[in-house]
Amino acid sequence: MNTTNFLVTGVGGQGTLLASDILAEVGMRAGFDAKKSDVLGLAIRGGSVSSHVRWGEKVASPVARTGEIDYLLAFEPLEALRGVPLLHKSSIILCNMQPIAPISVSSGEASYPPSDRIREILGRAGGAAYYIDAAQEAIRIGSVRVTNVLMLGAFSSLLDVDPAIWEDVILARVPEKHVDLNRTAFHTGRVLLGGDTR
Amino acid sequence: MTQRLLSGNEAIARGAYEAGVQVVTGYPGTPSSEILEVIAAQYGREIYAEWSANEKVAMDAAAGAAYSGRRTLVTTKQVGMNVLADALLYTVYTGAEAGLVVVTADDPGMFSSQNEQDNRWYARLGKIPLLEPADSQEAKDFVIAAFELAEQFDTPVLIRTTMRVSHSKSVVIEGARASVPEKVGPFVRNQTKYVCTAMWAKKRHPIVEQRLIDLADYADRASFNRVEPGDRALGIITSGVTYTYVKEVFPDASVLKLGMTFPLPKQMIRAFVDSVDQVLVVEELDPFLEEQVRAMGIPVIGKDLFPACDELLPDTLARLASEAGLIDAPASNPPNVEALPDLPPRTPVLCAGCPHRSTYYWLAKMKVPVAGDIGCYNLGCLPPFNAQHTMGCMGASIGVLHGMAIAGMPERAVATIGDSTFFHSGMPALANMVHNRGRGVSIIMDNGTTAMTGHQDHPGTSWSLHDSDAPHIAIEPLVRALGVKKVRSVNAFTMQEVKDGLDDCLAYDGPSVLLVQGLCVQISKPDAPSHLVDSAACIACGTCFRLGCPAIVKSSDVVEKTGRAKAEIDPIQCVGCDMCRQVCPASAICDPRQSQAGAR
Repeated sequence: MNTTNFLVTGVGGQGTLLASDILAEVGMRAGFDAKKSDVLGLAIRGGSVSSHVRWGEKVASPVARTGEIDYLLAFEPLEALRGVPLLHKSSIILCNMQPIAPISVSSGEASYPPSDRIREILGRAGGAAYYIDAAQEAIRIGSVRVTNVLMLGAFSSLLDVDPAIWEDVILARVPEKHVDLNRTAFHTGRVLLGGDTR
Repeated sequence: MTQRLLSGNEAIARGAYEAGVQVVTGYPGTPSSEILEVIAAQYGREIYAEWSANEKVAMDAAAGAAYSGRRTLVTTKQVGMNVLADALLYTVYTGAEAGLVVVTADDPGMFSSQNEQDNRWYARLGKIPLLEPADSQEAKDFVIAAFELAEQFDTPVLIRTTMRVSHSKSVVIEGARASVPEKVGPFVRNQTKYVCTAMWAKKRHPIVEQRLIDLADYADRASFNRVEPGDRALGIITSGVTYTYVKEVFPDASVLKLGMTFPLPKQMIRAFVDSVDQVLVVEELDPFLEEQVRAMGIPVIGKDLFPACDELLPDTLARLASEAGLIDAPASNPPNVEALPDLPPRTPVLCAGCPHRSTYYWLAKMKVPVAGDIGCYNLGCLPPFNAQHTMGCMGASIGVLHGMAIAGMPERAVATIGDSTFFHSGMPALANMVHNRGRGVSIIMDNGTTAMTGHQDHPGTSWSLHDSDAPHIAIEPLVRALGVKKVRSVNAFTMQEVKDGLDDCLAYDGPSVLLVQGLCVQISKPDAPSHLVDSAACIACGTCFRLGCPAIVKSSDVVEKTGRAKAEIDPIQCVGCDMCRQVCPASAICDPRQSQAGAR
């Protein structure tokens, strides 16, 4: 079965579940069968969160297999590293580089891998890796709250789907008064990785 | 025809709506909670929805609603079925005037549960028809079909999902709502059917047995079950989400896809088995299908190959099947990484501003035995507290505490239990402790909500799913009414008060209650400014780190003599709860509001 498989990772509270919901719905709207599966656990208390999203003509399992992940969309660098074993040699990675220290690090029991080491691993792991500081960009255009929409904008430029579909799906989930800001965030993200904005 | 991407839980909610369900009850529990929440939020005008005090109350209320002629749904997580079962099993004998369906959401992999029990056994134990949807479309369709089945055979019906069905999304085609009775009543007075006293229940039992035979016959004709013909060398019997994994891993095999897994369609199984060379039963957790198929005299490969523990994800399935020579080894194209560094774990922690923190800080210091319970506060078992020594099920803490005392354990011990859990099943244990002259401190940690499962209401909250001004029960007069003589109420955010309350209760020789009150930070959303550490004053003693607050981090500033890191507060995470300022022995932590006032 020919499917496109995504892994979305992050930390509870970052909006990664919403992002994976959007990604799955974009797939459906683009004409694919789409499925997704979340692993939450106690994520609301700051744990790791991950979702699998799959697009295809017909998707059976909501969970992809090791080595099947074509795209890794990571909202946090350490969580990006956790996703690496599921990738293959030509996987494409987009990582938000702002770290969130887990309690094991802030309490001094463990150390957070240095940023250049993370880039080295992600850069070699698959076919291509892109790094952005989405939070900083989001603050620059008006609010840290649009960080994940900005991430999705950047991610959308890596996929061959009409940006109008992305915009529709994203803006339908946003309160009326925040529509303009989110549209700006989406296009800002898109331009970051060289996508057209139409 | 609307096509939407729904989670299994959202699809069950939609199915209830389309089936003409009018009453839904349940107690929150992952991975089941969203069903009732979605019903209340999206279909609250058409469907009465309530969070009941516990699963048994939910089931009794559901029975009463179904006896009254309303189609009724009950939702629970897998371990909630143990609480609910007493009530469910009498409805097997009584049947009802309208459809009665129970959804149990199981948790293979134990993402948020204390065990990995397989609730399909309840179908056999209770002699209840069982449906297992594989995806969201089936979840919706099976709910509608379950109500028809329930009414056709006058039986409760069990629908069993697993976390991967409940929390996965797939495409669902929506339909219209069935017509519903506007009025009900008068209440049917059919004593020989609805009063399960021995003389009448004895006459109901043969009806239940005959119903099972009829249901087995129905299963052979039901559209829930289907054969997907393929390569005859290998035939796979499977159900639930595991079916979707089978389709990935064995794309060419013949598959008998069971949607109704109790009673089994025996003729269909025999015909399928005869059509293939080798039979594999692929199921997560227990050999529920396998044992029944083996009992038919059919040799199969099942749990001798696939484990009974954990999820049976496509990766595991493919690895074991290829090791057994059933399929070729999956192609491998691993990423260009020799070895990852050791990645620091990201375990869940009590939130910054959590009211439970003060209690566990002192319990860790006092080193008393702690009987724990189910809720966010179970995180008190982890570092830096390590202050919880038992935890088993909802409401267990007070009973376990009582057990320590009656066994003659000389140490003074405590139980920790949340407000929702106390109303769920802690109250009878406290009454029992009083009546039997027990001893021990029951710490009721009242954060004003059922926090862990997503902030649902309970009998102590001033709101409910259908009422913004709900009658609510205050815990302090309640425990006094239960006969507890020693009761202390303290503010969770005042460290010394919590300490004094604990000391006072621990010194008391009898049953006592320490009521620790403080709203869950997720619902109180405090707007206090974040606290600051005066680095010059910090002596790096580590006291504040023992609060286990994610906002208190080790700074790069080190005290030279000891080599220990000073503290620093992350202004984004800190909500100014003030506990750290109160425990700091060097007065190095300040609330910016107080220091400004001081400067003036």
